[in-house]
Amino acid sequence: MEVFLQQFINGITLGSIYGLIAIGYTMVFGIIGMVNFAHGDVFMVSAFIALVAFLLLTSFLGVSSIVLALLIVLIVAMLFTSLVNWTIERLAYRPLRGSFRLAPLISAIGMSIFLSNFVQVTQGPRNKSIPPMVQGEFVLFTKNEFPVTLSYKQLIIWVVTAVLLVCFWYLVARTPLGRAQRACEQDQKMAALVGVDVDRTISITFVIAAALAAVAGTMYLMYYGVVSFSDGFVPGVKAFTAAVLGGIGSLPGAVVGGLLIGLIETMWSAYFSIDYKDVAAFSVLAITLIFLPQGLFGRPDVEKV
Amino acid sequence: MASGAHSGRVDIIRALRDATVIASLAFGLFLPLIGFQTITDFRNNLVLNTRGPLLLVVVIVVFVARLAYSVAIEPWLARRVRRPSTTAIPKWRQQIGKWFVPFAIGFVIVYPAIVIGTAGFGRAVKWIDNFGIQILIYVMLGWGLNIVVGLAGLLDLGYVAFYAVGAYSYALLAKAFGFSFWILLPLAGILASFWGILLGFPVLRLRGDYLAIVTLAFGEIIRIVLINWVDLTNGYAGITGIPRPTFFGIPFNADDNGFAAVFGLEFTPIYRTIFLYYLILALALLTAFVTMRLRRLPVGRAWEALREDEIACRSLGINTTNTKLTAFAMGAMFAGFAGSFFAARQGFISPDSFTFLESATILSMVVLGGMGSQIGVAIAAIAMIGGTEIMRDLDFLKLVFGPTFDPTQYRMLLFGLAMVLIMIWRPRGLIATREPSLFLKERKAIAADLIKEGHG
Repeated sequence: MEVFLQQFINGITLGSIYGLIAIGYTMVFGIIGMVNFAHGDVFMVSAFIALVAFLLLTSFLGVSSIVLALLIVLIVAMLFTSLVNWTIERLAYRPLRGSFRLAPLISAIGMSIFLSNFVQVTQGPRNKSIPPMVQGEFVLFTKNEFPVTLSYKQLIIWVVTAVLLVCFWYLVARTPLGRAQRACEQDQKMAALVGVDVDRTISITFVIAAALAAVAGTMYLMYYGVVSFSDGFVPGVKAFTAAVLGGIGSLPGAVVGGLLIGLIETMWSAYFSIDYKDVAAFSVLAITLIFLPQGLFGRPDVEKV
Repeated sequence: MASGAHSGRVDIIRALRDATVIASLAFGLFLPLIGFQTITDFRNNLVLNTRGPLLLVVVIVVFVARLAYSVAIEPWLARRVRRPSTTAIPKWRQQIGKWFVPFAIGFVIVYPAIVIGTAGFGRAVKWIDNFGIQILIYVMLGWGLNIVVGLAGLLDLGYVAFYAVGAYSYALLAKAFGFSFWILLPLAGILASFWGILLGFPVLRLRGDYLAIVTLAFGEIIRIVLINWVDLTNGYAGITGIPRPTFFGIPFNADDNGFAAVFGLEFTPIYRTIFLYYLILALALLTAFVTMRLRRLPVGRAWEALREDEIACRSLGINTTNTKLTAFAMGAMFAGFAGSFFAARQGFISPDSFTFLESATILSMVVLGGMGSQIGVAIAAIAMIGGTEIMRDLDFLKLVFGPTFDPTQYRMLLFGLAMVLIMIWRPRGLIATREPSLFLKERKAIAADLIKEGHG
C-alpha cells in the first residue's frame, strides 16, 4: 500500500508534465488537424532554454532566492519557447496549410530532427546535469519503515500545473481569443467569414502550446536535474499518447490522459519491469487507437463522403 | 520590377526594414542556445560560456539572407509564370522518360567499373561501399515502403521494424543453425512479411496520422524488445560475427578455397564489396520490378484505388482488409530482404541501426521523391543518403572554419532542414505527376493539383 501511494504521487507528478505537453498536441491537432511531431522537441528545447536561464541567473547574476530564480526561469523559458514555436509555425507549417495531408507531417518530422540536432550541435551531445534546485520533502506517513514522501519539487509541479491549467482553461473558455480558437476548430472558413483572423489564431495556438511545453520543460529540468538533446522524442510520444487517450481535440482529456499515462508508467515500472516502461506507454497508445480511437473525452470521428 | 525607380527605392527601404525585423527575430531565437553554451568545467560543474561573436555572425547572415531574398529572389519568383496544370507529356520529356531508366540501370551496372577505373582498387572500396551499397539499401527500402505509402496510401512510420526483423532473423538463424545466406534471405523476407501481417491486423481500421503514430509505436516496441531481450539479442551490444554471404558457396576470404584463390586472383577485399554491390542492386531491381508488375495486377490496382478513396473502394466491393494486409506484407517482405542483406554486409547489428530516425528517413524519401513514383524515390534516396555521405568528406571546410570543425556533426541538422525546405518547395515531392497504368489512346501524366489523395 505504501509503495502504491508513493508511486501514485510520483505518477501524478510525471503525469502533470505529460499533461502539459499533451495540451500542445491536442490544441494543434484540434485547430489544424495535424500531429505536430516536433512538439516533443520543442519541449526539449524549452528545457535547454530553462537550463541556460537558470545557469545565467545563479552563476552570472547571483540570484540566491530559489523561488525567484524558478519564477524567472519559467517566464524566460515560456517567452523564448513561444518565440521558437511561433517561428516554426510560420516557416515550416503555414506554407503547407491546405496542402496535401502528409506534407505538414513530413515537415514536422524534419523540424523535429532539425531541433534535436540543432541542440546537439550548439550545446554538445552530453547529458547536462545541474545540482538539485529544490531539496527537501514532506514525510506524509511511515509504515513498515517505508516513508511515503511528497518532495517540495513534486508539490511545486502540482501547484504550477494546477494554476496554469486554471489560467489556461479561463483563456480558452472565457475570453474572445478562446472563442476565436474554438470557432477555428469547428470551421476555419466560416470563422474567417465572421471576422476571426484565422492565421493569427493559429499562431497564438502554437504560442500557447509552446508556453505550456516550456512549463513542462522547466518542471522536467527541476524534477530530474538532467536534460539531453535526445530527450524530446520519448516524452513527446508519451504526451501524444496522453492526448490520444484523453480524446484528441479535448483539453480536459489531454490532462486526464497525461495523468493516466504518468500513473500507468510509474506503476508499470514499480510492479512489472522498468526496462519495458516505454513499451507500456506505446502499448497504451496502440490499444487506445485500435479500440477507442475517439479517446475518453473525444467526439467520435464521423466519416463523410 | 517593371515599375519606376521610385518604387524600387521604396522596396529597398521595405526590404531593409523586413531584414531588420527578421534579424532581431533571429537574435531572439538564437540568443539562448547559440549565444550561450553549457559546458562542463574541470570540477564537473555545468557552467555557461558566452558566444557573442558567433551569435552576431548568425544574425548578420540571417539579415543578409533576408535582404537578398526580398531584393533579388522574391521579384524573380514573382516573374515566373505558373505552368498550366494538365498537359500531355511533351515529346522531348517522353523521349527522356523513355531513355532515362535504361540509362540509369546501365550506369549502376557499370558503376563499380567506373569507380575502379577512376579511383583505383584501393580507394574504390570506399566509393562502392559508402555510396553504392549504402544508397542502394535505402533505394530498396524506399521502394519497399513505396508500396505501403505510395501505392496503398497507408502511412507507416514504423517501417524500420521489418528491416530489423529481417536483419535479426538472418543474424540469429545464421549464427544458431549455420544456414547460408541464400536460404535465409527468403526466410527473412517471409518472417518480416509475417510480422507485417501481424502488426497490420490491429491497425486496419485506422487511417492517416493515427495509423502513422501506431506504426511508430510498434516500431519502437520492437526496438525496445530488441534492446531488453538480452538473452536472445544481446541487447545494446548487438550481435557480432554474423556470417557473410558466399559466392554460391565460395567464401570471400584469403583461404585456399576462397573466392580469390578459386578464380586465381590476388586477394583483395574489393571482390566482396563488388559482389555485395551487385547483390543489393539485384535485390533493389527485383523490388522495383515486382512493384511495377504488381501495379498492373488486380491487387496493385486495388492498392491505388484504396489510396485515392477508401470509401469508394469499399462500395465497389474491394476487400479493403486483404488489400491493406497484402500491402503491409509486401512492403515488409522487401524490408526483410534488405534487413538480411544489411546484417550480412555489416557482420554486426545492434538496435541502434533501427531507430525511429531510420523510419523517418525512409518515409521522407518516399514523400520527397513523390509518393508512388519509383524514379522519384530513387532520386530522393540518392540525394539524401549521398548528400549526407558526402558531408563526411568535406575536409576543405576545415580550412574555412578551423581544424576543429567537424562536418559530420551537421549531417542530420541539414537533413532535417532539407526535409522542411523540400516540403515547402514541392509539397508533393519531386515527381508529383501520376503515370496511370491504364490509359485510353494517349499516355497522360496526371498533374499533382488534380490528385486528391490522403483521406484514407
